[in-house]
This record gives sequence, C-alpha cells and structure tokens, in this order.
Amino acid sequence: MLIFDRVFKRYPEAGDALSDVSFHLEKGDMTFLTGHSGAGKSTLLKLVAMIERSSRGQVLLDGQNLSQIRENQIPFLRRKLGLIFQDYKLLVDRSVFDNIALPLLVTGMGQYEVARRVRAALDKVGLLAKENSYPLALSGGEQQRIGIARAVVNKPAIILADEPTGNLDPELSAEIMLLFQQFKQVGVTVLIATHDIELINSFDYKVLQLEQGRLIN
Amino acid sequence: MKSVKQSKYVHVKQHKSARRGHDSRVFSCLKRHKAILVASLLRLLNAPFTSAMAVTVMAIAIALAGSFYVLVSNAQQLLSSLQTGNQISLFLHEQVSDQQAGKLAQQLRANQAVEKVTLISKQQALAEFKQYSGFGAALAALEGNPLPAVLQVYPKETVKEAYQLRQLVAQMQNQQAVDFAQMDMGWVTRLQSIMQIANRVVMLLSALLALAVVFITGNTIRSELQARHDEIVVTKLVGGTNAFICLPFLYTGFWYGVISGVLAWGIIFLMLIMIDAPLEQLSLLYQNQFQLHFLSISESTLLLLASAVLGIIGAFAVANHQLRTLKPE
Repeated sequence: MLIFDRVFKRYPEAGDALSDVSFHLEKGDMTFLTGHSGAGKSTLLKLVAMIERSSRGQVLLDGQNLSQIRENQIPFLRRKLGLIFQDYKLLVDRSVFDNIALPLLVTGMGQYEVARRVRAALDKVGLLAKENSYPLALSGGEQQRIGIARAVVNKPAIILADEPTGNLDPELSAEIMLLFQQFKQVGVTVLIATHDIELINSFDYKVLQLEQGRLIN
Repeated sequence: MKSVKQSKYVHVKQHKSARRGHDSRVFSCLKRHKAILVASLLRLLNAPFTSAMAVTVMAIAIALAGSFYVLVSNAQQLLSSLQTGNQISLFLHEQVSDQQAGKLAQQLRANQAVEKVTLISKQQALAEFKQYSGFGAALAALEGNPLPAVLQVYPKETVKEAYQLRQLVAQMQNQQAVDFAQMDMGWVTRLQSIMQIANRVVMLLSALLALAVVFITGNTIRSELQARHDEIVVTKLVGGTNAFICLPFLYTGFWYGVISGVLAWGIIFLMLIMIDAPLEQLSLLYQNQFQLHFLSISESTLLLLASAVLGIIGAFAVANHQLRTLKPE
C-alpha cells in the first residue's frame, strides 16, 4: 500500500530531514511512527501527502510513484488519503456537517450521497447529534473525532495521523485509538505519528522509529 | 430464461442508476454554482466598508472611461448633423459681369470633380454685405458696387484628399475670369479629424482604466485569499483542485465587476443629466436641435458585461497565481 524506497529529503536551509528511509506498509497495517521532535516524522508524512517531494528515492502509494505525479494530479491522489492533524484543522465558520462534507464536495458528489456519507461518518465517531454544531462549541476530543470523520468520509485506503492525540488526555486518546483500530479492521492502512511512548507501548503494533532522519529499527 | 430476464433487468436498472448519478452530479454542480453566487454576494455585503471602497474606485474608473465615450459619441453625432464638406470660393475679377460669371458657373458644373456651383452675383454680394456687415450706409455713399461676383464651388464627396483639393483649386485659379481662388477646408472636416484622435484617446484611456479595474479587483481578491487562508489549505489537503478553490473568488470578482458597473452607469447618467440643461440652452442659441444621447440599451449591457469580465479576469489572475504558489502547511 505504501512503500518508501531509500528516500532522502533535504531542505536547502536545514540539511537532511530524512536519509535513506525504506519501509513498506501492507493493506490493513496499523503502524506507529515515532521519534523526537525534529526527527523527521512530519517530513515523512508530508511526503506521503504530497505537501513535499522527496529529494532522492521513491515513495509509492497504492502502486503510484509519487515523484512522477504532476502538480495537477495531486488533488486526485490526496483523495485516497485521510489526513488527521494534531490541531484538527477544522473550519470554525462552518458547521460540523459542512466540515465533514468538504472532501466529498471537492469530488462533485451529489448532495444526497454527501448527506448520507457524512451522517455515516458522524455515526462512526459517535457524534451524529452534533451535525449542526460549530467546531468551537465542541470539546477537544469531539473536535478530533470530527477531524477523523472528515478523514474517513471519503473511504480512504490509508489514514495518516500526525500526533492525533497530542492535545488530548489519556482517556480521550484511548477513544481515538479505538476508532483507528476499527478502521484497521476494515482494511484501512493506518500510520500514526506520535511521540507518546505510553500510547505506543499499550498496543502491539509495528513501530517505525526515526532518529535524525534515519529509521533505527 | 428467467436468468436472462433477470440479468436484463439488472442491466437496465444499473444503466438507470448510472444516469441518475450523472444527472445528480450535473445538478449538484449547478447547485454549487448557485450557492457560491449567493454566498459570494453575501460575503461582499457582510464587509460593506471594504467592499464599498473597492467598488467605488472601480466604478469611478469605469465611469471615467464610459463618460469619455459618451461625450465623444455625442460630439460625433453633433458633427454629423452639421453640414460637412469643403468649399472653394472663386473671387472673380471686378470687370467680369454677372452674365459671364453665370457662364463660367455653367462651365464648372461640367467638371467631374464638382458637385455644385452657386453664383453670388455682385448685386447679391452687395445686398448680403449690407445686411450683415452694418456698413450699409457707408456703401450707399459709394458710387458703384466694389464687390466682385463670387462662385462657390462644392467639390464632390469623393474629392476630399488634400492633394485632390489643391489640384482642383489650381485648376480654378487658372481660369481667366478668376481673380483669386480660396479653399475653405471645412472646419467640420478639421473637427472630424480631431474627433478621430479623440476616439483613439478614448480607446487608450479605456484600456488603461480597464487595466486599473483588473488590478483593483486583483488586490481585493488578494486580501480575501489571505483572510480565507485556512479554508484554502484545508480544501487543498482534502483533495480540492485549484479550480474548485478558485471558483468562489471568481464569483467575488464577478460581483465586484457587476456592482461597480451598475454604479458607473449611475455616475454617467448623473453627469449627463447635469450637463443636459446647459447644453440645451447652448443648442437653442445656435438654433440647433441637438439631443444629448445617453448610453443605449446595448451599450449599457456592454458596459455591465465588460465590468463583470474585468472583475473575473482580475480575480482569476490573482487567485490562480496565489493558489499555485500556496502550499498547505
């Protein structure tokens, strides 16, 4: 599903953010990506989300070589991804419903199908009753669940989560992890970047550990 | 048999649902356009102060170009209602009698370059002079009639180039009876060439002002893009194409254009009303039936259309550039 083959990423001003990174994730894999701040976790995720391009090496997503993707094809590739952020990245001037509908609207989907899928996603994260609320009226945990609903509403093949529990207490973190496990069970590949060792240790999933841009396990 | 029937049914059903899917896609696309059209207008009205400033400046630019156009087209209309053409006055020698002058006029009429010849006999010349100059009494004191007969020659419309006219004048000058031939390049003709320059100037000014409108819209859209930065980033991250993200901004540009176009139309209208009354007075003084012409329906439509298009162009130029360079995160 996701293959990194000897990937380097060099920033002109900051040097190598990733060097010689190789790994692959199968369909339905759930994997933690860990390391200190600045070890390259975010850079790695940015390469997959095509926010950045690798300097050397190849990233293959669902069989497609990302270094050969043209700029105007990027939006269509991103529709295969579900992105989850530490700061949720919800639009505060739009209702919960409209936030979750956005990934469907960009595909030009009809409104009935949009409504059906948005409610299904809301139901999955247990916030069906909040569809007309606005993000700022919700708690942090709820906001992150809305972020997750938005990430999965398009039925992506792979979910990338950047510190999804970074702003949440352990109890809420556990809830979020439960959701991820449910997605894994239906065959979604999940990659979670986190530096929360306790969280990682409480599950028995594969761990990719980065140190100064290199994988060390 | 049954299975064939069933598969046929399934096929038809699939086909139908596919078509319905397509229809709803087109329908939802139209709905989106309509929703954005309304939303962008509401957004504009929600920030009346910022919008009003941009719209006013744009409207003034459009109104400047528009009113220049109206003034020039009015002047042109006025000119074409006046008698045009050039005229050659042949002052005959004093000893030439009216009869001889009449003969010469007859002769000149046969010339292919000549449209019309009128004879002002010595008598007529004297009468006219008495009437208009106010020297009637002085003239009466003179013994004879000091004024020569004059032939006024109107060249054909086809003879209008300077060198042709000069040729004609030289030809006339050669006539024995002619003392002096004078060409009056009609002042109307002169004005008409000035009007051509004015037309050019209007075109150039309009182009410049159109450019100004594009830039003002662009600048407004730029700040709008900044204000909606988060929304753009998130939309990009969930797979929105630049075209998708651009659309609301194009509609904003459209509204800026249309609203300032309407305002500009109003400004031109007011300006014309304000000069209409004094112009009518002037026209009365010249015993001229001149009607100030306002923008016609098609010209007004063109004005609005052009404003809208300029707004969209300004929005597109900036949004397209910004979205290409903007990276999420």
